Amino acid sequence: MPTASVTVWGGEVSLHGFAQVNYAMRVATGLPAGWPARERDFLLGEERFQLECARTSAASGFSTRVDLFHDAVDGGARLNLREAYLDLSVRRLDLRVGRQIITWGAGDLEFINDVFPKDWGAFLSGAPMEYLKIGVDALNLNAHARSFSIQAIVLPFFAPDNTPTADRFVFFNPFPPRTLTETVKPSPRRTNVEAAFRLYGTHRGYDLALYAYRGFLRSPGARFDPAAGKATFFYPKLGVYGASLQGAFLKGLLSLEGGLYDSREDREGTDSSVENSHLRFLAGYQKAFGANFTLGLQYYGERMLRYDAYRRTLPAGFPIRDETRSYLTARLTQLLKYQTVRVSLFIFYSPTEEDHYIIPEVRYSFSDDLWGAIGGNLFGGKYDTSFFGQFNKNDNVYLTMRYSF
Amino acid sequence: MNHTGRRIALALLTPCLLAASALSAQEKTPPEEIVRRSRLTFFYAGEDMKAKVRMRLVNPQGKERVRAMTMLRKDQQEGGEQKYFIYFHQPADVRDMTFMVWKYPGKDDDRWLYIPALKLVRRIAANDSRSSFVGSDFTYEDISGRDPEEDTYTLVREEALNGRACDVVRSAPKSERSADYSYKLAWFDRMSHLPLKEEYYDRRGDLARVFTAEEVKEVQGLPTVTKRTMKNLQSGHRTEVTFEEIKYNLGLSDDLFTERYLRSAPPEAR
Repeated sequence: MPTASVTVWGGEVSLHGFAQVNYAMRVATGLPAGWPARERDFLLGEERFQLECARTSAASGFSTRVDLFHDAVDGGARLNLREAYLDLSVRRLDLRVGRQIITWGAGDLEFINDVFPKDWGAFLSGAPMEYLKIGVDALNLNAHARSFSIQAIVLPFFAPDNTPTADRFVFFNPFPPRTLTETVKPSPRRTNVEAAFRLYGTHRGYDLALYAYRGFLRSPGARFDPAAGKATFFYPKLGVYGASLQGAFLKGLLSLEGGLYDSREDREGTDSSVENSHLRFLAGYQKAFGANFTLGLQYYGERMLRYDAYRRTLPAGFPIRDETRSYLTARLTQLLKYQTVRVSLFIFYSPTEEDHYIIPEVRYSFSDDLWGAIGGNLFGGKYDTSFFGQFNKNDNVYLTMRYSF
Repeated sequence: MNHTGRRIALALLTPCLLAASALSAQEKTPPEEIVRRSRLTFFYAGEDMKAKVRMRLVNPQGKERVRAMTMLRKDQQEGGEQKYFIYFHQPADVRDMTFMVWKYPGKDDDRWLYIPALKLVRRIAANDSRSSFVGSDFTYEDISGRDPEEDTYTLVREEALNGRACDVVRSAPKSERSADYSYKLAWFDRMSHLPLKEEYYDRRGDLARVFTAEEVKEVQGLPTVTKRTMKNLQSGHRTEVTFEEIKYNLGLSDDLFTERYLRSAPPEAR
């Protein structure tokens, strides 16, 4: 096979990667006065080069994936080590150590048991899907028995989600203007090591899994000190316990997933700065219609478990959340011209929040090496404080082109 | 030769001719049996198989795309359940992706796709086997076979194709919705049982797609199509497929067709 490779000490090391441009421009108007992002109509202005270098044999291997990119929006050039890990396989054990991307769960853009860090800032501004996931430093062990497997992951260094930042995005801020902010991350100490487990297997064509996680919520809570005019962002302690199922059902594909979010920092739910313990649940169904069209539908819900305490302790002026938040999603995908053209639409709609987020995209493969995509991130809602509604001044269109080698 | 001699010769010859015609009548295998044998030879050769598969997708302007993959197949039962594992080498955009299929007769497949950039295993709805396989002129059904119960068969004629004696069988879907052709003519080699040519006719009765087996080789004693083409006569697009480094009966383990190897392809798949 003609792949790029170099011979090092008698073994083959593969070299691959891509060059990519990725621009996103705000199309929404009417930005509020005094907002830092007001002067910036570009959410992304990136030229990126990724190099992947890997070697795999039966028992061992390594892989590194490095991104070098220039961001025209802030003028910086950076290096990002997305992945760098070693693999070791001994009989029924697979060990992967190092910086790696970890993904599991049955949802499509709805995450329950996938508690690993995500870059929502990149995603909402039109970066390709893979940039939703961030590499984490981890020790990842899989043990395989005859009919099931166990996965244990240890994450020594806490990494938060990248949430949209105020220098590019306009969103709801409950704090008074000129509030000082400070972010406190769990320090890299023995007691802050996170652990995640998965028991999984496929039975009669159904993928079944149980999950457990002990660590921290990756999106921060905030404590406000009115006297000092200071808000402190922090990551509350969290436990997640859940299960998922995926398999054929009624000539389509059924996905079910659920999880209990145990707010270890505030089990009583009386601390309004900490996310209440809650249940997350998801039911999805996917089906192909005709030769090249696929429809996927999901229901996703979050139900607070200490709602009375939440209502009692919520400070005045903060928007009140419903006890149950519901989202409906639809993914429509149409392939055309021998799959060189992909037209897709992803819709989030919440009947409880009365907001939506729509991602239309057209992608064209110019050749095997080069593809381009144009798309949009369109937000809206009745309230400027709801999850998607708060982003309604950030509607953007994006362009991505990538040459892979 | 005198009269008597000729008569004797005829008398001797006649039973022979009769026997020969009786033999050919016996040899007229029912079309269901021709299709059954062909299916086992074409889709179920050996207990398992490994091959490097190279597809050239050529559009009417001659522009070419390439798909290169390693394919592993294991039969759970002869003519029954199968498991497939496909590891993509090319193009760069899908490199290291793996695709796994558990195929069941009379029921939708289970399909999994592993996307390496996200380390994501995704289940895929598999209710339409007529979708194009990786953008080629082959459908999933063309790659892994159609359930024989879905068609009715008639033996149309016997005909030589490129010097090979063939049975020409017409198959028509029992349900119009189960296929995008109204009928198909297939030339089955009487020696190897392999399909050497297939013509797919659309609902108006026009020829839509043509499959041809351009090269057949014996691999470990098993007749194997090593070069094949599917041409869409209506769009002018065609896909040429070559199978290389074919090995049968490797003793592939059931373990290979699990999430473990979907996420980390085994050396035999690379």
